Amino acid sequence: MPVKDRVEMRKLPVEKRIRSFEEVALGYTEEEAIQEAKRCLQCPPRPCVQGCPVGIEIPRFIKKIAEGDFLSAYKIIKERNAIPAVTGRVCPQEHQCEGACVLNKLKKPTAIGALERFVADWALKEGVAKELADEEIANRPSNGNIKVAVVGSGPAGITVAADLAKLGYEVTIFEALHKPGGVLMYGIPEFRLPKKIVEYEIDYLKRLGVDIETNVLIGRTYTIKDLLEDGYRAVFLGTGAGTPKFPGIPGETLVNIYSANEFLTRVNLMKAYLFPQYDTPIKIGKRVAVIGGGNVAMDAARTAVRLGAEEVYILYRRTEEEMPARREEVINAKEEGVKFQLLTQPIRFIGNKDDILTGIECIRMQLGEPDATGRRKPIPVPGSEFIFEADTAIIAIGAHPNPLIARTTPEIKVDEEGRVITDSELRTSMKRVYAAGDIVLGEATVIQAMGTGRRASQTIHRDISEGRI
Amino acid sequence: MVRQLFRLNEIVEKKELAPRIKEIKVYNPRIAAKARAGQFVIVKVGEEGERIPLTIADWDREKGLITIVFQEVGVSTYKLGRLGVGDVITDVLGPLGNPSEIEKFGTVVCVGGGVGIAAIYPMAKELKKAGNRVISIIGARNKDLLIYEEEMRRVSDELRITTDDGSKGRKGFVSDELRDLLNSGLKVDRVIAVGPAIMMKTCADVTRPFNVKTIVSLNSLMLCGMGMCGACRVEVGGKTRFVCVDGPDFDAHQVNFDVLIKRLNAYKAEEQLALKRFLEVKA
Repeated sequence: MPVKDRVEMRKLPVEKRIRSFEEVALGYTEEEAIQEAKRCLQCPPRPCVQGCPVGIEIPRFIKKIAEGDFLSAYKIIKERNAIPAVTGRVCPQEHQCEGACVLNKLKKPTAIGALERFVADWALKEGVAKELADEEIANRPSNGNIKVAVVGSGPAGITVAADLAKLGYEVTIFEALHKPGGVLMYGIPEFRLPKKIVEYEIDYLKRLGVDIETNVLIGRTYTIKDLLEDGYRAVFLGTGAGTPKFPGIPGETLVNIYSANEFLTRVNLMKAYLFPQYDTPIKIGKRVAVIGGGNVAMDAARTAVRLGAEEVYILYRRTEEEMPARREEVINAKEEGVKFQLLTQPIRFIGNKDDILTGIECIRMQLGEPDATGRRKPIPVPGSEFIFEADTAIIAIGAHPNPLIARTTPEIKVDEEGRVITDSELRTSMKRVYAAGDIVLGEATVIQAMGTGRRASQTIHRDISEGRI
Repeated sequence: MVRQLFRLNEIVEKKELAPRIKEIKVYNPRIAAKARAGQFVIVKVGEEGERIPLTIADWDREKGLITIVFQEVGVSTYKLGRLGVGDVITDVLGPLGNPSEIEKFGTVVCVGGGVGIAAIYPMAKELKKAGNRVISIIGARNKDLLIYEEEMRRVSDELRITTDDGSKGRKGFVSDELRDLLNSGLKVDRVIAVGPAIMMKTCADVTRPFNVKTIVSLNSLMLCGMGMCGACRVEVGGKTRFVCVDGPDFDAHQVNFDVLIKRLNAYKAEEQLALKRFLEVKA
């Protein structure tokens, strides 16, 4: 029997989407989902499950969709993944589950991400998450009221909190911002991940009995020692890699130069695109330069388009081939009119007398030999300097872990990049303290953070139940 | 067992110190327990509010209270000013920033300008406790805007007052008084200045030729307050630093004040628009 073509997800038309923050990908209808689910070969080796960092039983849930039993599909996904409406949208499936799918050899892989998303959205619409959480609470083992603290409410913290709550622990999440969700809330834009979806997934955590305390900055409001002395048996650190890198070139303090974190936080978390209904302002010029080539750069560029910039450019020092951004996001950005200035490296920001950005001095690059990451190293072309006019710049060249925990808790060892050093089971150098996600990995993906979070929660449970801590 | 009398972030006391300058005491035991001189909080008023930094002027660890002094200048401080005793502030995060360096230096001059006097107050208090001889210079535009005079007198060995219009104390700026003090030949071991950026810049210029170590508490625009955005970045010693995690205290002679002042003006038009709209809606 020949394999049918993949059912592609419909998208909002370009002219409509560049004028709003509405979600671009529209998701499957029930018929589309069933049709796509039937493409899955239900192959016995199940390489897709191996490809999923949290080990979702993919063929099992897809089979249920094919049968039209969406509730069972939802329950199967939720066994391993607390936030499927999120991961179905933001996972780089081409490198994970879908990359491993055997259909790659014949045609396009099964659209696992789209199916996961469909099921999660169906559950949201039908309101079944509440029932499931109630069921999980009723069935969970009692665990002697052992308290565990989770620091940070991003993807790693959410995974650990959900896992441990289901095992019967009393979990408290401490979040420094005024809303939980981490990068899901402040970083990934509304048009890729609607914030009401994040809120709905967080609500499930609360239904599992997880306490979330916002406006608590660990290292300042409480120290890790305070938590351990306050009766928490273990502390999990999932504080991410949220400190933006700046290039360290002249003029980077000029007005209208943003880190991508600042730009996206203003828009996503503070809703500056609704200013002055919301109090947080944002400024967007006519010609915007986004520096970097990752997913964050694409998010910033597409956000700038929606805020009304006339021209938005990506300035990247390598070629499109080396760009770390997902292919799909590069295509979305291009469709929305984002232009690419490749092999271009900023060397100086230029401002007017009021220190407002007017241009960026750049140098052309050429590619040399592959470096340690396997990508060809960019080398400046002597004498190729030129001025790139821009009135807004957004720097998206990466981020590293916040130094606050290391500064205030010297017992926790970090490497030269500020990443927390752990053993293979995610224990830090401080007893009863565990870590996972970007604070350990550096900058990784949502699903990698969740995968390491899963391993950390297993270690915490083992160490507690075997009496090691 | 201590009975919890208030809700988290409830305003327990409110006073008007001067026209449009208000002092509130807020119930937040976890911040009160940790607060130290030089630290600040990020406050957000209402669902649609923005995050703004405000210095912690005082704290009462036993009662779980922190004191915040603010001047109504923009939409957020106006919103905060409209809250009364019994109201709850939506979000208060803190204590943030590095505590001020408090040691026995010898003779320390504490300079406070405008609402910055409330910010210098805990520093003067702690420096006095640490055994320093504290000479304080406080100033405002006129006598009605001068706040914390009694508080500052209590924690200072000597208090000098200036007003721009001469309605109280010396006519002129705090920096004029500081210059005269240094010119008098008195041995000063450290100067700490908190106030408007231009006042801190002038104080730095005054002390530079005398080679007196001078500390300023920078008041840049902030968004997160915890080092994840860089909105508050300044240039110190030629390097980009974040005020919220690397400061707010810096060596005044290393700070590029022009960068600070220009970045403070970045949203002037938007700030005026938001305030105008707010006042119209209110009326």
